[in-house]
Amino acid sequence: MREEILSLIEKNSKIDIKEIATRLGISELEVADELKAMEEENVICGYHTLIDWEKTTIEKVTALIEVRVTLQRGQGFDRIAERIYNYPEVKSVYLISGGFDLLVTLEEKSLKEISAFVSDKLSTLDSVLSTATHFILKKYKDHGTILNKDKTDKREVITP
Amino acid sequence: MRNFLSDKIVNIKPSGIRKFFDLVSEMDDVISLGVGEPDFETPWHIRDEGIYSFEKGRTFYTSNSGLKDLKKEICNYLLRRFNLMYNFTNEVLVTVGGSEAIDVGMRAVINPGDEVIIPQPSYVSYEPCAVLADAKPVIVNLKPENEFRLTADELRAVITDKTKLLILPYPNNPTGAIMETHNLEEIAKVIIENDILVMSDEIYAELTYKNKHVSIASIDGMRERTILINGFSKSYAMTGWRLGYACAPAPIIKQMTKIHQYAIMCAPTISQYAGVEALKHGDGDVAMMRDAYNQRRRFLLKEFKDMNIPCFEPFGAFYVFPCIKEFGMTSEEFATRLLQAEKVATVPGTAFGDSGEGYLRISYAYSIENLRVAMERFRRFIDKLRVQQK
Repeated sequence: MREEILSLIEKNSKIDIKEIATRLGISELEVADELKAMEEENVICGYHTLIDWEKTTIEKVTALIEVRVTLQRGQGFDRIAERIYNYPEVKSVYLISGGFDLLVTLEEKSLKEISAFVSDKLSTLDSVLSTATHFILKKYKDHGTILNKDKTDKREVITP
Repeated sequence: MRNFLSDKIVNIKPSGIRKFFDLVSEMDDVISLGVGEPDFETPWHIRDEGIYSFEKGRTFYTSNSGLKDLKKEICNYLLRRFNLMYNFTNEVLVTVGGSEAIDVGMRAVINPGDEVIIPQPSYVSYEPCAVLADAKPVIVNLKPENEFRLTADELRAVITDKTKLLILPYPNNPTGAIMETHNLEEIAKVIIENDILVMSDEIYAELTYKNKHVSIASIDGMRERTILINGFSKSYAMTGWRLGYACAPAPIIKQMTKIHQYAIMCAPTISQYAGVEALKHGDGDVAMMRDAYNQRRRFLLKEFKDMNIPCFEPFGAFYVFPCIKEFGMTSEEFATRLLQAEKVATVPGTAFGDSGEGYLRISYAYSIENLRVAMERFRRFIDKLRVQQK
């Protein structure tokens, strides 16, 4: 049942307990208990809203930064990742297989701020060997959602 | 000038849905619950296969009965899902949607005057197709107390020495009713005793919410007396591709293929290639859509329960069939007034046969958000009616 609840709230964190219960054919109490348990177990880590900032007046620049690191004694990837993810402007940090080690998503108000972060904070870390910064120009699809999807119903109004 | 028209065709009633469609299309901002097709677009990998087929220049006819690969995949699928064994070389015909298979199937087995038993409420084309094939349609009015399932007694009561064919439309459009194994076994017994053929329209076979669908062809002794109809429209959300199929014993498929060959040539080639992809890699899509429909089904049933509108629990297709008899109107009046007052379009039960009187077909091939708004309007409408009735 957990997976069913998760797949509903993953797409709509606003959905209420009553609706989850109706749609899955279980009791509201059961849903509430599962949600609470999953929050406590950190299965559910937060409830976010998917925003297309492009359509607002707020300026945001997002960069994806590939980071190559060198491991030092007593310092695994986890320690290096921690040093990076503790900066609040860092949106995500993933350990990656392949040509580089960490993929860092950074969100700032301007290009200048991003370059300042990379040159002053990221590159200066002892364990960081090199970085490659990619700026996001346009988001087409985010978190499984197509941002500008045509939602009109293309069907005839009544069909047998 | 002479009257050039065929009496047989002129005497066929136009579909009751058409009338309502004309009414709805004159209005703006209508929330429709009247559509008999999935709201999902065809899964992308299937569309992509269609595009690829265009790119590869697969723009020619296929053999009359369909692509060999597709017929093979159909047989694999029917075995995997419903434990049905068909030979792809001579027991499968790929058609232009399930609807063509219904028409061709009837024409292949009916002689003038044969009787065709049609349980109603059911899909709109069985009766006209029977008439076109020169059969006499014999209607069985299904009963709400049986959850609109066909019973052996109802069937026995209409069998005569002219009975040739029984149409078995389950999972059912418009009621959402299903037939379970024990129901089918009772029907099969009567069928075999009376030496009748069955056309089992299983286009909604993938959309059941209780047990997995059971085909009457999988009941002992029934495979040799069943024309199985299925297709891609409902299960893979491929209505516009026009792709369906019939499976039956070779002598029947042989005759059906003749009609198909002369009337149609072959089903659309691009659709057939896409169909192969659907059957090979589409099980996950089907499961995803089934889960979504099931959630909406539960949502609607709860809404009608909260409104105190009687509605039996349908376990198939994507329709609920609430009873609106308490308001003392015909289905058509109710649907028309609901449309005019709240701009919610439903289909009167009578569009699917006289026994649909007092019922509405509500489709849940819509997003929950859409259904929620429609139900708010529906509730407002009946609240007012109930106040007026006091």
